[in-house]
Amino acid sequence: MTSFMPPADRVWWKVPVGRQELVWIAIALVWCIIMFLMMPLWHVYGKQNLSTEAYQTTPAKFGAKVEEMVSKYKVGEEAGIPVVAPPAGSDIYMLGRLWQWYPVLKLKKDQEYRLHLSSMDWQHGWSLQPDNINLQIVPGYDMVLKITPDKSGEYGVICNEYCGIGHHTMVGKIYVED
Amino acid sequence: MAEFRVCPDSGFYFHKSAESLMKVNAVVGIVALLVAGVLAIGVVLTRWQEVHLLPADQFYMVLTGHGINALIFWIIFFEMAILYFASSTLLRCRLATPRWGWAGFFMMLIGAIMNNVAVFSGKSSVMMTSYVPMQAEPHFYLGLILFAVGALIQVFVFFGTLVIAQQEKTYQGSVPLVTFGAITAAIIAVFTIASGAIILIPTFLWSIGYVSHIDAEMYRVIWWGMGHSSQQINVAAHVAVWYLIAGVLFGARPMSEKVSRFAFLLYIFFLQLASAHHILVDPGISTEWKIFNTSYAMYLAVLASMIHGLTVPGSIEVAQRRKGLTKGLFEWLRKAPWGNPVFSAMFISLVTFGFIGGITGVVMGTEQINLIIHNTIYVPAHFHATVVTGTTLTFMALTYLLIPVLFRRQMFLPWIAKLQPYVFGGGMTILILFMLGAGTLGVSRRHWDMDFAGAAMAFEYPAIAYTLMAVGAIGGVLAIVGGAMYLVVAVGSLLFGKKLEASAGILESFAGKPLAASVYNMAKPEVLAMAPKLEEEHEGGFEAPGTFGLAMLLLVTFVVYYFINWNYLSSVWPLG
Repeated sequence: MTSFMPPADRVWWKVPVGRQELVWIAIALVWCIIMFLMMPLWHVYGKQNLSTEAYQTTPAKFGAKVEEMVSKYKVGEEAGIPVVAPPAGSDIYMLGRLWQWYPVLKLKKDQEYRLHLSSMDWQHGWSLQPDNINLQIVPGYDMVLKITPDKSGEYGVICNEYCGIGHHTMVGKIYVED
Repeated sequence: MAEFRVCPDSGFYFHKSAESLMKVNAVVGIVALLVAGVLAIGVVLTRWQEVHLLPADQFYMVLTGHGINALIFWIIFFEMAILYFASSTLLRCRLATPRWGWAGFFMMLIGAIMNNVAVFSGKSSVMMTSYVPMQAEPHFYLGLILFAVGALIQVFVFFGTLVIAQQEKTYQGSVPLVTFGAITAAIIAVFTIASGAIILIPTFLWSIGYVSHIDAEMYRVIWWGMGHSSQQINVAAHVAVWYLIAGVLFGARPMSEKVSRFAFLLYIFFLQLASAHHILVDPGISTEWKIFNTSYAMYLAVLASMIHGLTVPGSIEVAQRRKGLTKGLFEWLRKAPWGNPVFSAMFISLVTFGFIGGITGVVMGTEQINLIIHNTIYVPAHFHATVVTGTTLTFMALTYLLIPVLFRRQMFLPWIAKLQPYVFGGGMTILILFMLGAGTLGVSRRHWDMDFAGAAMAFEYPAIAYTLMAVGAIGGVLAIVGGAMYLVVAVGSLLFGKKLEASAGILESFAGKPLAASVYNMAKPEVLAMAPKLEEEHEGGFEAPGTFGLAMLLLVTFVVYYFINWNYLSSVWPLG
């Protein structure tokens, strides 16, 4: 009957701790340190790390850059949205707005691209499926990350940040070709 | 002035004012849970794709209301009752400034109603997070602000009561461990509410046109200072309740006061850093900031939870072994009172919180692993393991304890209560496990239609994702039944439960009105003495070997699951 009574010893902080607890705390602490070190280690040895490169932008500025890319590298159209095949290594853009991802990107397998993402209006969630990479897209921020698609095929980009009534219709596409 | 009564069954003392405030806060909390539970039907049956009950607009409205009523109103109202219990009742002390307590309570009540009105008008379907620049109606934010200020006032009444207890020397030595845990929760609450005020007040002003722009990223960072920290209040509060229940049912004493209190202290220092968990895949956040914050400095708050995970069941094991249940590793656990809902709810909560809620939380909160989990349905699966099978189930256990002790009622339909923790805990565990699976396949959270009907471009989830969501939904339905069972017992006991002693009449006993005056027969309780010392000291060795085995099982599960997720991450597109 002591969890809800004052400790039996007035100077409870001087009562020695039992061996079982000490052993468990030691084990748990080691595990905590391992988990902590895994994150910096993955930055050194792992291949999936999110860049921290980002710029403040506005919908107008970002939209203009997207259009510039679209006009240069447009190769077709799908469901009324341009399909764009920018050269490997270049800066590529995708914007989220109510309720579409724009444009459709056609990329080469195992090539690196600098992908820029931003929103024209509310927050969106850039969710690449079925690979399952998920990023938060925030208006006013141009998020830049280097991506290297390493499997060819057709990918869906769905929105996984709630953005109003048409949220579920917000589906985009990325094609990766050999 | 006779203002105290003593519960003849438990020996707990109740100060009249504190008792009334405990009752009203607990009852309003339960009403919020009822609302959240009804809304859960809409959420579960819509996300079950084969049923797909509600249209999109109603689904998002219902989901917003479910989140706010369950995560904020139910839990925080109930926590106010716990704070009064842990201060006034446990320390046998009169309540500080009861009128301020009532003022705070009514502010919370008005705020909660105002917010619900905004949500059910259909024009504030912005989810609990209300991310800008999506805008809700002004009274959506104002309701939350009023609620938060009211909560802050009640928290300070709690602190005031602690000061009075110390000045009037109502207890010897140090405050009990349970009170220490409640203090932890209250300190985190102050931080939480401050963060909420910092972001919600400008957002409210923005919604009525006085502020032109709220930066969306700033909103996220600060809002989560409230959004995640408020869940840490729950952790501290329900861990304190675990210790309380272990003490009441088993006469368990903490294995070490020093260790358990140190673990609570780690919560105060580090839990608040968890805002970062929500910002891991946001633009422009530095790597160092993310690693430091997401790991609570160096997983020191995780360490604290792992400590409680050992010491709570460990203290029960030690107490049981002293009673002679010493056979093998687990006789103490086998012969625990599994038919008593106070125990079964508490223990299911302990296990699911640790094994599912804790492990998934750390995994998804790992900086890089978050890339494959952020905003998938894995996220709600995780927090249903923490705040539903963790906090909510613990508060249900406490309710079963409070029905006779605080409300002085016999339990209504006790056989339902006996089954309830298994139905609720079991159903919810099914929901959680299958949603974790669906999340791993990339199924989105907060999403009306996994068929993407009406989208210009098609995307199809694998068939197995539909199966996982359907089985999860069946678990959800079971959990809703379990929730209804709880409400039947709780509300039924208050309305129809046999009165355990002279009372002022039906309704009055929980409508904030006190019991008959004759019950309050003492002006001042006896001073709360320190716990008696144990005669025989333990001589080395492991006092609770069964618990240690369980803890090692937790660790192995943790390690395996953690590295499985790193492996999964390594299979996705390289990013840099």
